Amino acid sequence: MNPLLGALPVRKTIVYVLAAAALLILPFVAALGGQAWVRIVDFAILYVFLALGLNIVVGFAGLLDLGYIAFYAVGAYLWALLASPHFGLHLPFWVILPLGAIVACFFGVLLGAPTLKLRGDYLAIVTLGFGEIVRIFMNNLNAPINITNGPQGITLIDPVAIGDFKFSTVSTLFGITFSGPQKYYYLLLVLVVGVIIINIRLQHSRIGRAWQAIREDEIAAKAIGINTRNMKLLAFAMGASFGGIAGGIFAAMQGFVSPESFSLIESIMILAMVVLGGMGHIPGVILGAVLLTVLPEALRYAVVPVQKAVFGEVLADPESLRMLIFGLALVLVMRFKPAGLWPSPDRRRELAEKSR
Amino acid sequence: MSTDGEVLLAAQAVAKHFGGVKALRDVSLTIRRGEIYGLIGPNGAGKTTFFNCMTGLYVPDGGGFVFDGAPLKADAPHQAAERGIARTFQNIRLFGNMTALDNVMVGRHVRTEAGIFGAVFRGRAARDEEAAIRRRAEELLHYVGVADRAEDLAKNLSYGDQRRLEIARALATEPKLLCLDEPAAGMNGAETEELRVLIEGIRADGVTILLIEHDVKLVMGLCDRVAVLDYGALVIEDVPSVVQHDPRVIEAYIGVAA
Repeated sequence: MNPLLGALPVRKTIVYVLAAAALLILPFVAALGGQAWVRIVDFAILYVFLALGLNIVVGFAGLLDLGYIAFYAVGAYLWALLASPHFGLHLPFWVILPLGAIVACFFGVLLGAPTLKLRGDYLAIVTLGFGEIVRIFMNNLNAPINITNGPQGITLIDPVAIGDFKFSTVSTLFGITFSGPQKYYYLLLVLVVGVIIINIRLQHSRIGRAWQAIREDEIAAKAIGINTRNMKLLAFAMGASFGGIAGGIFAAMQGFVSPESFSLIESIMILAMVVLGGMGHIPGVILGAVLLTVLPEALRYAVVPVQKAVFGEVLADPESLRMLIFGLALVLVMRFKPAGLWPSPDRRRELAEKSR
Repeated sequence: MSTDGEVLLAAQAVAKHFGGVKALRDVSLTIRRGEIYGLIGPNGAGKTTFFNCMTGLYVPDGGGFVFDGAPLKADAPHQAAERGIARTFQNIRLFGNMTALDNVMVGRHVRTEAGIFGAVFRGRAARDEEAAIRRRAEELLHYVGVADRAEDLAKNLSYGDQRRLEIARALATEPKLLCLDEPAAGMNGAETEELRVLIEGIRADGVTILLIEHDVKLVMGLCDRVAVLDYGALVIEDVPSVVQHDPRVIEAYIGVAA
């Protein structure tokens, strides 16, 4: 038999250990390029978190949600309102984060309930509208009573803090100096590991199978006794809660929120991460989120030097060229890898069987 | 089999129209516990509409069903399954991108209860339940004879295997009444014979069967009683030997002699 077969678990363990070690030292490697890169890595992880939340709705249950950013906005604003001088409230994170999850979950059900009978493109339009409604509310809820401070946004938001230990400032632990972004990195890493475990466990469970059945054939799912209404609401609610938690961390990390951060393009980006990576396949979604966060940033740094080296001068505006390359990359991936960059083994097996 | 068994399902003057088309005109019939009941009729006679009303996919415009001693709620397909009615579809509706095993495992949904917390924390109860689901699904795959394709995607199974898999999925819901919508459609003689054996086996295990079928030979050989629908109305409900020779049935199928 294959001698590798027996050695596989050991190899797997080694891979895991190496990956864990790489993840632990990553913020210090990134810091060699400046703290800006640590922040980019932080955002990559935040987007992994968001994409995995959306993956529950889109990838598992097959509900095309174009308004996902609304839940992120709800979480972010909740944190901003409850931990900033705006209302003079400074609640601790262990109150706000769960509350953010619950409130976002409520909004998820609020969006889910009227859209239960809709599918595919119709659902996409309604969720898109919902996302915009939330953003416009945030933009306009400054009169007659000033709740969100309108387009100016809310500033001086409290960072995540455990007692006196603030995540925003430089501090020294065990003789190692951690910058703010580096500390947030570890916080995000813990959260994202949690959400990965939840995703994996959900997928291979009674609930996950029911979602998959709804995605495949809703009528057949009903016929075998799946309460499709409750299962869809559950998917919306779960996805939304993760969005809410991510939003809270985002607000704390930035120290500032404004409606601008929650535009339609953000929803589309998160959806693109899920689709590009491999819908419903957790490693694929993670890859998609990391690539779509890091690639545009890397291009930002590369566009000018490359032009200078090739043409001797800067011909095209870096910002527009960057988006052009980025867009082109998306089109090419979808053309040549329609199931995503890293599709689930089922999909791969399918292709293998076709070519057999 | 017995013709005087206890009533499992009673349809009471079920009516359904689509615009001006009367798909079902006050259809009343009774299915007794433990029998194989055939529902036949020419194309467009309302057989599948009847199925859809019974399993809650359509809301009847009149009348209703009493199942196992209590009325069936209209417009609640998942509750029909919960009460013990399972069905297959005329144009097979499997979950194509799920494995054969997963298709049957998801059929256990209605008889199991692990929720979000069970799924995330995987406590003892949730793990035991999951193992039981898998065991039962594997048994059912064996039972219908597609165990060797357990790990294949449902859509890659052969046509006959897909039919069998759909029956396994329906059986996973532990039905009291199994409704098969044209299970022999597109099957050759040998496959139809295998199907006949399978259906008789299911009945022997105590499941009542409602069979919609075009294959008259299969229906007459298999069913204890047969109902004939034509233009949405019940023509006759009786044992096969009587139905076969009823002039109205012959007329419905072949037309009136000039």
